[in-house]
Amino acid sequence: MSADVEDPQRRDILVVAATAFSAVGAASLIWPFVHQMNPDAGAQALASTEVDLSPIAEGQAITVMWRGKPVFIRNRTPEEVEAAKKVKVDELPDPVSRNENNPGTPATDANRTVEGQEKWLVMVGICTHLGCIPKGQALADSKGDFGGWFCPCHGSHYDTSGRIRKGPAPRNFDVPPYKFVSDTKILIG
Amino acid sequence: MSHESTYEPKSAAAKWWDQRLPVPRMMHDQFVDFPTPRNLNYLWTFGGILTFCLVAQIVTGIVLAMHYQPSAAEAFDSVDRIRRDVNYGWLIQAMHASGASMFFIAVYIHIFRGLYYGSYRAPREILWILGVFILLAMMATAFMGYALPWGQMSFWGVTVITNLFSSLDQVIPGLGTAIVQWLWGGYSVSGTTLNRFFSLHYLLPFVIFGLVILHIWALHVAGQNNPTGIEIKTKSDSVPMFPYAVMKDAFALFVFVILFAWFVLFMPDYLGHADNFNVADPLVTPPHIVPEWYFLPFYAILRAIPDKLGGVIAMFASIAILAFIPWLDRSPVRSTKYRPIYKWFFWLFLISCLALGYLGAKPAEGVYVFWARIFTAYYFAHFLIVMPIVGSMETPSKMPGSITDAVLGKKGAAKSDSGGGGVPAGATASPEDR
Repeated sequence: MSADVEDPQRRDILVVAATAFSAVGAASLIWPFVHQMNPDAGAQALASTEVDLSPIAEGQAITVMWRGKPVFIRNRTPEEVEAAKKVKVDELPDPVSRNENNPGTPATDANRTVEGQEKWLVMVGICTHLGCIPKGQALADSKGDFGGWFCPCHGSHYDTSGRIRKGPAPRNFDVPPYKFVSDTKILIG
Repeated sequence: MSHESTYEPKSAAAKWWDQRLPVPRMMHDQFVDFPTPRNLNYLWTFGGILTFCLVAQIVTGIVLAMHYQPSAAEAFDSVDRIRRDVNYGWLIQAMHASGASMFFIAVYIHIFRGLYYGSYRAPREILWILGVFILLAMMATAFMGYALPWGQMSFWGVTVITNLFSSLDQVIPGLGTAIVQWLWGGYSVSGTTLNRFFSLHYLLPFVIFGLVILHIWALHVAGQNNPTGIEIKTKSDSVPMFPYAVMKDAFALFVFVILFAWFVLFMPDYLGHADNFNVADPLVTPPHIVPEWYFLPFYAILRAIPDKLGGVIAMFASIAILAFIPWLDRSPVRSTKYRPIYKWFFWLFLISCLALGYLGAKPAEGVYVFWARIFTAYYFAHFLIVMPIVGSMETPSKMPGSITDAVLGKKGAAKSDSGGGGVPAGATASPEDR
């Protein structure tokens, strides 16, 4: 068509190559601008906390901070453990244990605790609905219809194993990765 | 609306300038000699009022940024210092905080005016959609601004709203959590989050400013709609913007500023929330989290849906759907004034929005949830069912032939007038006879 262009195909490949290279170059610059907003190494380094359990008497609970989030630790009474064990998994709104130490297992009480230390319940104390802090840690708090925790924001009830039983929350409380370093000490994270 | 330029540079300097950068000519043609429908009512003054609100927020905001500390440790105290120590800080902080509410009062009136008089209809679809984008940008700005005082409501409002994105975990596991942590810059709302919100809160008003310029540009291409919904056809249908419309806008602005000043001077914290005078505490959630009043209808929609992801989708859809109404409304006329059936649905829609606002402030339980669901259903049904069906079934009432006839009461002059080039065609051509 155009006799004045010496080699149109050679010209085309130059244009395509130049455009492609600049597009890839520009696109690769997007990632630094996206990634700068993610948690940095400093935030990730705050990711483990050691907790001494010896001062927590039976029936009491404490809240510790881990990664800027509250972690609920409850020394459950034998009745509370018994109540949690009796519940059938297929009656639960969320049948998954949500335990990072036993990922993907059914939500039995045993799967949400550590074998031999069943009285200790350790979990992230954030309502899985929209992130409020539920009531139930202090002795005087409302513990909801199932004796565990109750979120006042939108009315979610959790049982003594921290599993969602009633209300809008979609998931059981998350159990963070943790291990017993001695009989009375745990390392979260 | 294109019309012949009447600008005549008077001095030699003005002529020199006019040949190089004819800004004075544009200002004269668009804001002095611009043809304005002669029948505009006071609802048409809110565009000017909103421009004032935007400028007021930017000016007071720039001043506040000179004294505010965007860090988790200092933010709360620095706002207190602004209110107590900074010279006239009490005034400027109150203007900025109340100004957000004033901005939303004005924008909601402006939107309902557009809905009533069909200002979204062709050829003003892009003008309307730009308005929807401005509303979205305003909401994002207001939300991030409310985080900055770093009180309990700030902190927990941010927690709840950013957690909305975690509902995406129901679509792709892990996606929602990844997005939320990306927004937070950590594993919970923290000073890092506050810092980026401050940066974006400063940026977005200028984005809004750019959108407003496009919005006004689109307005001046199509020309203003008016209470009859009939286009300007002859010279007698319009008056020059200056002094007629400008004076009317100025008067309405003064009345609006009196209301504004009353809030600022006599009840500066009335529209705020008492919990926000407690410093943010990540370990204690206030028993009853409510957003600012201007978000309540959307919050009610969010909570009306029993599914977490569904609620989030409904809330965003309630705004997104506005962008589609130029095509959902099938009526041959623009103005609800000439729509005897749709008129009732319009008021029902307004009542639904007000009711959702009331319900959004109530706890999400019992009868409140029931009514929130009813009104949420109507909110969507209004756009998806009423607008197309009533629009295509209803026979509009008798319309005046032109704006001049509507004002001066002449009847029947319309018959000779075939078409007028306006779209929708029926808007100008005696639709009651179709």
